[in-house]
Amino acid sequence: MSDILGIFMIAVGILFNLFGCIGLVRFPDVYNRLQAATKCVTLGTVMLLVGVALIAGVGPTAAKAIICAVFVLVTSPTAAHAIAKGAYASGVALWEKTVVDKYAQQCAEAKS
Amino acid sequence: MRRLIYFVLTFVVWILAAWPFVDGRLDLQVVVAGLLASFLVAMLFHDILPKEHHVFISPTRVFWFLVYVPVFLYYVVRANLDVVYRALHPAMPIKPGIVKIKTNLKTDSAITALANSITLTPGTLTVDLTDDGYLYVHWINVKSDDVEQATQFISRRFEWFLHKIFE
Repeated sequence: MSDILGIFMIAVGILFNLFGCIGLVRFPDVYNRLQAATKCVTLGTVMLLVGVALIAGVGPTAAKAIICAVFVLVTSPTAAHAIAKGAYASGVALWEKTVVDKYAQQCAEAKS
Repeated sequence: MRRLIYFVLTFVVWILAAWPFVDGRLDLQVVVAGLLASFLVAMLFHDILPKEHHVFISPTRVFWFLVYVPVFLYYVVRANLDVVYRALHPAMPIKPGIVKIKTNLKTDSAITALANSITLTPGTLTVDLTDDGYLYVHWINVKSDDVEQATQFISRRFEWFLHKIFE
């Protein structure tokens, strides 16, 4: 039973990773791409690891998988935040159809 | 004292991750490497970890944390379906922008948790935060560029929980 559930989790995780990558290719600028990359790839990877833990059963492998899942869940949004801030700071422009950019004001004020 | 706590925590994680119990015997090499690594981590990083230790032992906070986890996971799954929809839709219905939201949370760990929660939930990605409690959030489908309304949409649902957990 837990094998079937584990395989199901791994399959869905891979699907989410795939959709994340499609988003990564299709979205127009760094910030939108980061959205796809962080969300889908985080959940996809966490589901893969949980699936592995389910198949392996209680034991060292499952413990490792769960620890990795928790670390991915905590570090991946932090990394995305760092990349977004770094991209903005080094002048990567937003997509031309972007509606609003409140951050530009903040940066202008910080400079003056 | 703090260093000791972090030393023990890191070592526990190391033991779980490296699992030095081969055939019922303890692999000393792994344990010594773990001790060294944990010592280094505790010495180098004890002051960048959260200062609010009471958070981790208070039962009500732990309870709210356990309530928060499923709520958070629900939003993570919704976020993913949202991104999948936008990525696969032929017309790519996105309307991105960077908006400003306000948070009433004060402690570092609470704000970190809020920023990370925002990044993993539907259509939003934290770009930067200021010392006076504002966050700049990249929003894939801007519904309102007003500070108050954007806060309502993006962070209200988490702030209540995080306040209970961390403050």
